[in-house]
Amino acid sequence: MSAEIVGLTAAQAAARVRAGELSASELFDAYLERAAAEDLNAFLWLAEEAPDPPADAPLGGVPLAVKDLFCVEDVPSAAGSRILEGYRPPYTATAVRNLRDAGATLLGKTNQDEFAMGSSNENSGYGPVHNPWDRERVPGGSSGGSAAAVAAGLAPWAIGTDTGGSIRQPAALCGIVGLKPTYGAVSRYGMISFASSLDQCGPLTRDVTDAALLLRHMVGRDRCDSTSLEFPEEVVQPSAERLAGMRFGVPPELSGEGIEPGVREVFESAVKTIEGLGGSLEEVSLPHSPHGIAAYYVIAPAEASANLARYDGVRYGPRTGDSDLTAMYEQTRHDGFGPEVRRRIMLGTYALSSGYYEAYYGRAQRVRTKIAEDFKAAFERVDLIVTPTSPTVAFKLGERTEDPLAMYMSDYCTVPMPLAGIPAISIPAGLSQRLPVGIQLAGPAFSENRILDSAYALEQAIGFEGVPVG
Amino acid sequence: MIDREQVLHVARLARLRLTEEEVERMSGELSTILDHIEKIGELDLEEVEPTSHVVQVENVLRADEPRPSWARERMLGESPDATAVGFRVPSPGAG
Amino acid sequence: MTTGAPTREYEPIIGLEMHVQLKTRTKMFCGCELSFGDEPNTHTCPVCLGHPGSLPVVNVRAVEYGLMIALALRCDIAPRSIFHRKNYFYPDLPKGYQISQYDIPLARGGRLGDVRIHRVHLEEDAAKLVHAGESGRIHGSEASIVDFNRGGTPLVEIVTEPDIRSPEEAAEFGRLLQATMRRMGVSDVNMEEGSLRADANVSIRPVGEASFGTKTELKNMNSWTFLRRGIQAELERQEEIVRSGGEVVQETLHFDPQAGTLSPLRSKEEAHDYRYFPEPDLVPLAPTEEMLERAGAAIPELPGERAQRFERDLGLPEETARVLAHRFELGDFYERAVSAGDGAANPKTLANWVRNELVPRLGDAEPEQWKVEPAALARLVALVGEKAVSQSAAKEVLDTLVSEGGDPQAIVDAKGLGRAGADELAEVVERALAENADAVEKIKAGQDKAIGAIVGAVMRETKGRADGGEVQRLIRQRLG
Repeated sequence: MSAEIVGLTAAQAAARVRAGELSASELFDAYLERAAAEDLNAFLWLAEEAPDPPADAPLGGVPLAVKDLFCVEDVPSAAGSRILEGYRPPYTATAVRNLRDAGATLLGKTNQDEFAMGSSNENSGYGPVHNPWDRERVPGGSSGGSAAAVAAGLAPWAIGTDTGGSIRQPAALCGIVGLKPTYGAVSRYGMISFASSLDQCGPLTRDVTDAALLLRHMVGRDRCDSTSLEFPEEVVQPSAERLAGMRFGVPPELSGEGIEPGVREVFESAVKTIEGLGGSLEEVSLPHSPHGIAAYYVIAPAEASANLARYDGVRYGPRTGDSDLTAMYEQTRHDGFGPEVRRRIMLGTYALSSGYYEAYYGRAQRVRTKIAEDFKAAFERVDLIVTPTSPTVAFKLGERTEDPLAMYMSDYCTVPMPLAGIPAISIPAGLSQRLPVGIQLAGPAFSENRILDSAYALEQAIGFEGVPVG
Repeated sequence: MIDREQVLHVARLARLRLTEEEVERMSGELSTILDHIEKIGELDLEEVEPTSHVVQVENVLRADEPRPSWARERMLGESPDATAVGFRVPSPGAG
Repeated sequence: MTTGAPTREYEPIIGLEMHVQLKTRTKMFCGCELSFGDEPNTHTCPVCLGHPGSLPVVNVRAVEYGLMIALALRCDIAPRSIFHRKNYFYPDLPKGYQISQYDIPLARGGRLGDVRIHRVHLEEDAAKLVHAGESGRIHGSEASIVDFNRGGTPLVEIVTEPDIRSPEEAAEFGRLLQATMRRMGVSDVNMEEGSLRADANVSIRPVGEASFGTKTELKNMNSWTFLRRGIQAELERQEEIVRSGGEVVQETLHFDPQAGTLSPLRSKEEAHDYRYFPEPDLVPLAPTEEMLERAGAAIPELPGERAQRFERDLGLPEETARVLAHRFELGDFYERAVSAGDGAANPKTLANWVRNELVPRLGDAEPEQWKVEPAALARLVALVGEKAVSQSAAKEVLDTLVSEGGDPQAIVDAKGLGRAGADELAEVVERALAENADAVEKIKAGQDKAIGAIVGAVMRETKGRADGGEVQRLIRQRLG
């Protein structure tokens, strides 16, 4: 019975709850039991019981896994960091509030790379997460816990955040769907900040239909976030069966060398599927995208260095030094932040420091403008851009931890989109070495409906058998 | 590249205490990363405006209407060192 | 001290940097109420405490007040300005950065009086650090308590060009700026309470030279008198250094008004590398026509303009015009008195009465507590002009008007303060001449000053109800 319940997608479960065929608490308990017994270290906190959802709610009591960096009132929210150990926020993130208002119930908080800095979930202050496809491998990051939980059937769906690929890449490595919305589409209020001009909240789900359903209830302008925007249309259920009339662009810079052969094979097969569905394909260059990593690894750490300055042991979190003011800051921050976070704070501080601003931050923001212009030009010729999501399949735990730059480089297919503020989805497209491979569809700002529709058609045609539940 | 002195200076700006070993490691790692980043120095970006804001809106303003503040106890309760009325810190200039 | 060496003249170069706390209802970036003197940490929220995930949202009234200030100071308003993060660590700065404006501020290039304004921008105030005292120590070291009530209060920073050339000019400019802010109602501008804070940048240079010397910064002087004295002390200090061949070092100083000494302030931040970058959580400000119009319409006649109008239209001397215009309740009182008088009271005389007689009698009383009516003062001054009451008797009447209010004529009648009549006066003069024979002799002998004794006697006798000039005239007449 329980296995059948957890086999339902979120949309299917919501429909059953609304039809009275399934009780919300039964649904919740089924997942809670599985989550409590997990061995992936995907969860950092589990709810004890489900609160009653509002009657007739569209998300009908379907439990939701929430990345640790979303503030939930009185629930431990540490962004995967020891510097916020024990912190229980006095307020709830707008995105979470919106979803709860729509009927989703909080199942638990998921593990993540500390402050969303990482591509493998090995940078968590609370231990790494394991990929359910192969427990010796990483699930990807930084939303590794959310991705692993959904992939392993520990939660029907989850939300995460994407700054340089942190929803899409773990989705690809875990064989599930992950969407990064247009910048500004979802409120960032209550989302513990990494890089303010890049961070966006998005869904991680088993299929495209669930992603659309979750996104629909997340978007909208929020008075508490000055950078949030009204979504210009309703997010609808995708239904496309074919892709006739859709033009797809393949950028050589993001699909050529550097992509490992197994991934390339799956990608090319997916491209053929697109053609088979009636989509047209052409090569479209994004000439500045090879500089995306460089620009990203200046801008994101720079903003992060300022966003993380508030972690000082004064108002929340632990304090580990107090002999004098300087010791308080330095010891607390040294003990509370992991090595990757410290590395990025150093990088960001350096890039903004006197004498270096123009050379680094100033230039990076100009590269960003060029990348955005590249996309704009591309979208005059095609409707969507398609690339592999990650150049490799899930790598082994510990394989890249000694080489930060190698770890950064693996983001090169996903960083251009947040730099331009545009939306992109990753859907599973096949296996390589028995590990999932994701492909990415990106579109202009607010083209989520079109992206979801095309992704849906592709998903149906590919028929990926995923989710090694159990 | 970034040498030891610069690493120490940046660490001080960022209030990060680094062990000797960390300083050395950081110096090497940051140098490698900066090497890659410096590639953007090759581009001709003379006429390009920097993207200082991603969303193209202006004048997002809030009405000057008060709403209740949070309870003092609740906020002080999160602090590792607070009295009944405030957050306690080592005095600047002391110690 | 070297002798024989040519002494150069040095001129002061002074600029002021002022922080004005805006009198909005809520903070700059969140809906917490502003407060002063309330229980610590009772006006906070996740935003102004810098909690993880919190975001700022700009207060529309703070922008309006900022625009009013910029317009009043005749600045060029930036068509688009942005916020920047100013990064440094200090316990009164919860986010580890202050949201301020940097190279694209709200307004630039204005003027107030004789001083040019360099820039005007918006930012948030820091919290307050209080010495812990009884709250104890941490491991034996001193501790401080942070009170975040003030943190996030909207501030406008006003920076002048270094156009000021004396400590007195600095204080005067400060007072004019303060009066202007107060007149607009955008701030309490109370220096003791901290709603106006003034720092001075001071340097000297040899007269005739165009380049600037090294400047020092004097911080947190909380009265114009202290500001004046502090700048004076610093100018002297710098001059002494330069004359003895030394070089002025750039530093931040604190002036102790009690001791009259200057001492270096421990710097708050490391090496002043603020690593400014555009605030990604906020969007630009682009004041619309409507916003500018509304701000402009909200500006009443400003003290500087009013002073000029008093000079021009009412013929008041500059000094008097300024005094009356800079305290606007006084200016209001004066103008009502002028119009109540129907021209019977001379505006210049009225101005002198307000400034020299009324002001000292009012003391610190708030305008709501003033019992004297403008029309009453006008009537009194008219009576003096008609010679119905003498100057000194009128002052007595004014005492009563200030303490009890009422009508001057009624008070004159009640107290018998009316002008001494001609008959009465002649009688008294006779008696005085008779009683002061030796003074009379002196006068006849040519010592004119001796008349004073007789005038004095008459004044005493009439209890000041005689006009001194008239008395003199009568005496001389009598003596031939």
